[in-house]
Amino acid sequence: MLSARHDFWKGFWGALPFCFVVGPYGMVFGVLAAESGLSIFTSIAFSLAVIAGAAQFTALSLMHDQAPTIVVIIVGLTVNLRMALYSATLATHLGKAPFWTRALVAYSILDHSFALSDAKYQNNPEMTLSQKLAFYFGATGLVGAIWVIGTGIGAWLGARVPDWLALDFAMPIAFIALVAPALRTVPQVAAAFTAAMLALVLAPVPYGLGLIIAAIVALLLGAELERRMEATA
Amino acid sequence: MAAGCWLLRFSFLGIIGNKELPEWAKRHLRYTVVAIMPGIIAPLVFMPRATGGVFDLPRFVAAAVTLAVGVWSRNLLIAIGAGAVMLYSMLNMGF
Repeated sequence: MLSARHDFWKGFWGALPFCFVVGPYGMVFGVLAAESGLSIFTSIAFSLAVIAGAAQFTALSLMHDQAPTIVVIIVGLTVNLRMALYSATLATHLGKAPFWTRALVAYSILDHSFALSDAKYQNNPEMTLSQKLAFYFGATGLVGAIWVIGTGIGAWLGARVPDWLALDFAMPIAFIALVAPALRTVPQVAAAFTAAMLALVLAPVPYGLGLIIAAIVALLLGAELERRMEATA
Repeated sequence: MAAGCWLLRFSFLGIIGNKELPEWAKRHLRYTVVAIMPGIIAPLVFMPRATGGVFDLPRFVAAAVTLAVGVWSRNLLIAIGAGAVMLYSMLNMGF
């Protein structure tokens, strides 16, 4: 158990930098939620239940535009479709965990905790299941809590947060810094480049479907390139 | 929506469980991060929400610096720091 505890803290420290971006990002959401007329309590409940930045922002802007509830739900889910891909990837690492553990893992999948854990597992295939789980929960627990707290603070501060802080750009910078070190091989760079270009071209496609298409094409391309390079090597 | 989001996340973790995936599937799943994150990031960089989707030079340069420093240093904190410094200095210089 000592080693599992050790891995929990490794995940925790690995995720710590993200608190500095997830906190402000949560605050941005809280501010917007307050502007849209949600109460502090509702905003926090929203973050606690859904715990997904992009989906929440999308849902919020739709609610602001008075879209029907069913549209809000469907669109929010499509924006979050990538979570299904994360789920499939994590299943290869954590699939042997008991049902309720997997349910908890599923609830707390976040972009950054997924990316950190996936990289960790790929570089350390010798990790045991309990070590992997400990690392995962270390990485995801702290940031999930910060997201919810950030939302609350943002909702409470409301419009008092100054624009010059440019909090909106904390998340893109953090995501770039997260992906950049993972761009090691030609297939990885090609996949990333394809995804970025396609996502830009397909940005007008509604409901975040452009992103899903871009990601699937990039994923197929990366895997196919890797296979061909292995075949010729 | 909360339930739906959880179901999405649980989908494969729940179904696949402890079955072993074939090699070709694992190969594809190794590319999820590099295939999705750039797709999320690119529109945010070129069409930032803060400017209503209009291209913004400070945000673009900050993103480029973060990427370059991240690839070069392979260190997340250094990359974030470089991007933040670049963003604030450019915004302050009035770009």
